[in-house]
Amino acid sequence: MVEKPKAPAAGNSRANTKKELPEHLKAYKHIWVMLELERGVVHPVSWELMGEGRKLADKLKVDLCGVVLGAPGTTDGAVADCFGYGGDVCYVVEHPSLSDYRNEPYTKVMTELVNKYQPETLLLGATNLGRDLAGSVATTLLTGLTADCTELDVDAEGSLAATRPTFGGSLLCTIFTLNYRPQMATMRPRVASVPLLTPGRTGRVIRHDVSLPEEDIITKILAFLPDGTTNKSNLAYADIVVSGGLGMQNADNYQLVRDLAGVLGAEWGGSRPLVQKGWIPTDRQIGQTGKTIRPRLYIAAGISGAIQHRVGVEGADLIVAINTDKNAPIFDFAHVGIVADATKVLPALTETFRKRLALAATRSAAE
Amino acid sequence: MHIVVCVKQVPDSGQIRVHPVTNTIMRQGVPTIINPYDLFSLEEALRLRDKHGGEVTVVTMGPPMADQALRKCLTFGADRAVLLTDRFFAGSDTLATSYALGQLIEKVSATWGAPDIIFCGKQTIDGDTAQVGPGIAKRLNLLQLTYVQKIEDFDFDKKEITVHRRAEGGIQVLKTKLPCLVTMLEGTNEMRRGTMADALRAARAGIITWSAADAGITNLALCGLKGSPTIVKKVFAPPARAEKAFQIEVADKSYEDICDALLGEVYKRQPALEQDMVKMAPGY
Repeated sequence: MVEKPKAPAAGNSRANTKKELPEHLKAYKHIWVMLELERGVVHPVSWELMGEGRKLADKLKVDLCGVVLGAPGTTDGAVADCFGYGGDVCYVVEHPSLSDYRNEPYTKVMTELVNKYQPETLLLGATNLGRDLAGSVATTLLTGLTADCTELDVDAEGSLAATRPTFGGSLLCTIFTLNYRPQMATMRPRVASVPLLTPGRTGRVIRHDVSLPEEDIITKILAFLPDGTTNKSNLAYADIVVSGGLGMQNADNYQLVRDLAGVLGAEWGGSRPLVQKGWIPTDRQIGQTGKTIRPRLYIAAGISGAIQHRVGVEGADLIVAINTDKNAPIFDFAHVGIVADATKVLPALTETFRKRLALAATRSAAE
Repeated sequence: MHIVVCVKQVPDSGQIRVHPVTNTIMRQGVPTIINPYDLFSLEEALRLRDKHGGEVTVVTMGPPMADQALRKCLTFGADRAVLLTDRFFAGSDTLATSYALGQLIEKVSATWGAPDIIFCGKQTIDGDTAQVGPGIAKRLNLLQLTYVQKIEDFDFDKKEITVHRRAEGGIQVLKTKLPCLVTMLEGTNEMRRGTMADALRAARAGIITWSAADAGITNLALCGLKGSPTIVKKVFAPPARAEKAFQIEVADKSYEDICDALLGEVYKRQPALEQDMVKMAPGY
């Protein structure tokens, strides 16, 4: 039996602390989203954040603002899309030293922008770039930062309520930043969907000039080595994902997952134990400590569905689970279940899909 | 050369309980380990020391029992371990943690010499924030190299380091000056077993234990709950989905029949999928 803990002494808990925002922070207004522009492409998580940010801005009746940093002449597309995805304002900083992400100049510029234009909330993607930058900016500004959120909302008083998994996804917690501004949060890619793009939608562009002598920046980029396209995982943005767990029994049987994925043109992945056993590479891991996915169809073969896996796949439109244990937790969040041996079902499923797709292809060709 | 490695003792499993009143984590009774991500950084630090000479100091902030994690680091071959423990640090968020660890490293510098390089894990498995490393770098006004996949070159005489840093769609090859803070990516190396000599030394070694006052931390308003701008208002288990999965009938059915039934169910629920699949599936 767990002994019921006593309530802490009055004044010890800050959970009930009244919010008293210092006078000089009351001027902080509007929602900002850092748009991660790299090598001409904005990371989709930035648009996902614009979608979430739009909802918050509408509730608070404030502006949704994008922030784009980049080399001169490289930001126009991002600015247009910022408005297309719902932005009211776009802050643009162009400078040769901002051509590729580096912590020093990006931290300097973001901090300067925040101090000058005073946003109430600053949102970034929980990517390597976003997490690298957010920690530096928040520490420089001495404000609160909630990392790796899965849900963003505002409470009745208009404060940012940032919900994130904690302890490997076994629990969720909602975190507030009291008495400090801006409220900062990073959000995992794929926990929200990209909003509809409205081409031609416009807004206000605010260009900000910075002094950023390259000789003052110590870290230099010697090269960028792009990933090869072969075998590269695109799990996070795949429409169909097939994955396997320990129920596949051995490394050879994992090929059955790839066979089905091959027929469907799907991405393949697996649960954490498979990575640990070396059956699949790290970038194929799905779940809390791996990739979050949002496919239209997710087929989980021989995966029990621990909470760490669940938080990574819940955004799927349709989850099909195959597992021998009818009490496996995966059947609590899958939509369609098959209680059977995945190593037997998968080959049959691959064959069934193959025939059905060939038939559908013939039919559509005839029409 | 002096290398400082920051580690954290974390709960081993998902058996976490939450204090029903304060909504903070109750760590009692849960087995603990060194945060696995920290081991990649510790190993990298030990390799640099083995190659270039010098000392590795491992530091942590935590409850008194966190000395177990430090002792383990000594068995791997770290030269010295310092535990910062004080009730004032309870409830620290990432900003307050970076303050305390920054101060601790200042004191370590004053005692054993300024570090040339500081290593942190990419993130912890309990907090998962990846924010404390960048926070410490900023507190100490150091350059940071996060998500490092490989230390390509380390020139101690020139005080220069070149690394492969994991970025979106590729690897950034970055060169910077020491001192700096590095967080290693997982899977970059494998932790050594540690020698018998190290194990014996670790068993005898004293873990240096400092209170806030010992570490020279006087501004307690920046520590623990008081120094944390964020507060956890609610901790809760993820809500269950209202309905359980619709089960395809399997008793006395062939696998072909089961799969036919499954496809019917899939296309019934996602009618547009079949035609779209024809377009995206080249492999049938």
